[in-house]
Amino acid sequence: MLTKTTNYMKYSGHGAAFFAVVMGALLSPLTANNAHGAGANGPVNLYSYRQSFLMAPLLEEFTRETGIKVNAVYAKKGILQRLKAEGANSPADVVLAADITRIDAIAGEGLLQPVTSKLLEENIGPSYRHPDNLWFGLTYRARVIFTHKERIRPGEIKTYEDLANPLFKGRICMRSGKHEYNISLLASVINALGSEKAEKWVSGVKENLARRPQGNDRAQVRAIFEGECDIAIGNSYYLGKMLTNEAKPDEKKWASAVNIIFPNQPDNGNGENSTLGRGAHVNISAAGITKSAKHAVEAKLLLEFLASDKAQQIYAAQNFEYPLKKDVSLHPIVASWGSFKPDEQRLIDIAALHDSAARMMDRVGFNH
Amino acid sequence: MTAQTLTNDKNSLSWLALIGARLDGWTVSVLVVACIAAVPIITVIGLAIAPTEDIWRHLLDTVLSRYIRTTLVLMIGVGFGTFVIGTGTAWIVTMCNFPAKRIFQWALLLPMAVPAYVIAYVYTDLLEYSGPLQNSLRDAFAWQTKGEYWFPEIRSIGGAATMMTMVLYPYVYLLARSAFLEQSVCVLEASRTLGHGPWRGFFKVALPMARPAIAVGVSLVMMETLNDFGTVDFFAVATFTAGIFDVWLNMNSPSGAAQLASILLLFVGVLVTLERVGRRGRKFHNTSTRLRKLPGYQLNGLVKWVAFTAMSIPVITGFVVPAWVLGRYAVDYYANTLETSFWENVGNSLMLSALAGVIAVSIGIVLAYGLRLGQNRGIRFLTRFAALGYAVPGAVLGIGIIVALGWIDNAIDGVMKNNFGIATGLILSGTIAAVTFGYVTRFLSLSFGTLDAGLAKITTNMDGAARTLGLSRFSTLKRVHVPLMRGSILTAGLLVFVDCMKELPMTMILRPFNFETLATFVHQYASDEMLPEASLAALSIVGAGIIPVILLSRTMIMKNKPTSGDGK
Repeated sequence: MLTKTTNYMKYSGHGAAFFAVVMGALLSPLTANNAHGAGANGPVNLYSYRQSFLMAPLLEEFTRETGIKVNAVYAKKGILQRLKAEGANSPADVVLAADITRIDAIAGEGLLQPVTSKLLEENIGPSYRHPDNLWFGLTYRARVIFTHKERIRPGEIKTYEDLANPLFKGRICMRSGKHEYNISLLASVINALGSEKAEKWVSGVKENLARRPQGNDRAQVRAIFEGECDIAIGNSYYLGKMLTNEAKPDEKKWASAVNIIFPNQPDNGNGENSTLGRGAHVNISAAGITKSAKHAVEAKLLLEFLASDKAQQIYAAQNFEYPLKKDVSLHPIVASWGSFKPDEQRLIDIAALHDSAARMMDRVGFNH
Repeated sequence: MTAQTLTNDKNSLSWLALIGARLDGWTVSVLVVACIAAVPIITVIGLAIAPTEDIWRHLLDTVLSRYIRTTLVLMIGVGFGTFVIGTGTAWIVTMCNFPAKRIFQWALLLPMAVPAYVIAYVYTDLLEYSGPLQNSLRDAFAWQTKGEYWFPEIRSIGGAATMMTMVLYPYVYLLARSAFLEQSVCVLEASRTLGHGPWRGFFKVALPMARPAIAVGVSLVMMETLNDFGTVDFFAVATFTAGIFDVWLNMNSPSGAAQLASILLLFVGVLVTLERVGRRGRKFHNTSTRLRKLPGYQLNGLVKWVAFTAMSIPVITGFVVPAWVLGRYAVDYYANTLETSFWENVGNSLMLSALAGVIAVSIGIVLAYGLRLGQNRGIRFLTRFAALGYAVPGAVLGIGIIVALGWIDNAIDGVMKNNFGIATGLILSGTIAAVTFGYVTRFLSLSFGTLDAGLAKITTNMDGAARTLGLSRFSTLKRVHVPLMRGSILTAGLLVFVDCMKELPMTMILRPFNFETLATFVHQYASDEMLPEASLAALSIVGAGIIPVILLSRTMIMKNKPTSGDGK
């Protein structure tokens, strides 16, 4: 009996020690990692939907210039829910999103505060920021059409509307219709043409598909290269990434087989104000300051830095995107594609149609 | 006293039993642990209780039947595939002698360390229309277009089922093999004496006796199939989980997503219950404890090479090919990866996975043994309920945790502010503790299921004997059960560890500032279609999984060595 008790005591002693060590380890080191610092030169805490390898070089530059450290959490999903659950105590100061839908949903939940900054308003045009300055766009990219250099003649395809032309039956490749890029494109078509015409359009595109929607944007370009299809839809920056891919040189080969077409340009009879000349559908990366920000001053400095000439150039060039600030130089490859007119429908109107677009994809059974 | 404890509450069939249960130490521990573990699921169900306009109407009219059909086909395909491969390989490796058997014993486990989405990327590159295989076929036969020949479409439901089977069968293999090893040789000898050949011995004796373990293995595989998002998204296969994310992110309705997730839970709950009802009343433990080396079947001539080839296929397709592809990229790209905080990420992954493994196994033992002691219905239900988290997509369970922890933190902060003027801020949210809690609750069913099946193989006479000899319940566990189920404990720990190494969605959303694991590092590139840059880290995930795999199989082999004379 006595031995048993001792044994038990010994065990629970170990248990308690283990528990203490574990709890110490769990709660102390990384939470204390300057995340709650204060003062004029306190850190900025960032929640980012955009990947670390894209943001890190910029954030390092910001720290070099200002001495302000940036702490970051990167996640593809759920940042909105995390902000909401953390409430007023959230450590996040800045939220960065890779597309309009996410940032607008966060603004819609009342989690962002208006930012008054002359510099931001000057650098970022009104169609690319929230009407109340809750968020600001930073870069944009176009959803373009890739066509085979020989199998599609120049001028044969000029608009998104053309993709539904029965002439191209069995010749189009696309990624999943449920991917946010395609949802967003459809939402822009709904906004421009109205629901009924948009549904007809997307059914027409589905009829023209060479294969069930699958893979990512690069895979569509590869499929053109290999002759599986002649036409694909993809984000502009993928072409730049593929053309410069040293890690997978095959991609250079694929990419050089295609032309890039910015759809719906106001030329060849498409009037500036006609829907056919409305411009190429674009999406933005954007950032805003949280309502709960403890370092609002530093947060604003970060936003202004991201909208500055220098950051705009780095930020846009490294991902082959377009800077939103005017007169910032482009990456040479991006510049070689020429200039184009972006669709200037308000992005928040397009974001508001996401739900309808997702349902429309279901109705026409786009993926099946 | 002993008898009473063992049969305690056997007759109390109602929920009220929970209240009437004798509140001894074990009951309380089990209750507390199960409640805490159930928090994320309960939160998800809580989120579902909110109006969602007409989302259901829309889903019913359009895609719901497809989600259900696709999901069922995928589950059945993967479940059946892993059952056949897992059980078959486990039996042959355990019972037959053929070339390189020793190597296959552990090599067959290797594919489990390869994340499903990685294998999906690798095979799509190889097998799609524009991949090297179809290219060389076209060259060889002078085909010009797609229409001239038939080739299976990799990005399809069949492709998804194949990919998942390739990396998930080790779950069944692991559990089936440890069940076969723990089977008393006497039973098999008796079956031979009765004139059963190897096939009948397998189908009539070994397989039925291993049923609890195999059932656990297959149900884990099915749950993993259900919660997968990476693979089905890449292949554009419309499963229930793909639907959950569509409703959440594209239709911007988290509560609609939570409703779908709750239905998923209900479905899994029914499935698990059906299986348990199917074997109710049967006992699966050995009546003898003689654990001598199993007498293997010596394979000769052609047969042994057939066995060799059959065992090689899963290892080559599930491990060698993806490791080779990643390895080739890594040779070019390791320097870039090492420039980043690679070693810190390795450390983070190992530390979190090991920690979660230890905690999940400890909790699993408490729950499984607690259930063995008291047959209380309410607690039994709660425990099994808490272990269902595995079936839910990680990101959805992650939201459950975020909401729950945020609520707790803000409640504490509010109370402290109001009463003492102290702002405590967020204590748990965004800490490593939150990530660990996520891992433990998500992977609890791995450890609990494995340990529960392991305990089921030990006859309750052991408990009786130990208690009669004056051991307390705790000492019985420590001195009788734990040594007897060492294999199951290691298996459970390994399963949780390897799954934590691969875990992505929860880590991303729960983690603290500036915190990266191997999986999150891989994902940032893989999600941008840049596998080469991620290759070294992806290989490291696989590599880190291999070490415990080898350790474990060594332990299994040692256990399998003839112990002089009788049993223990």
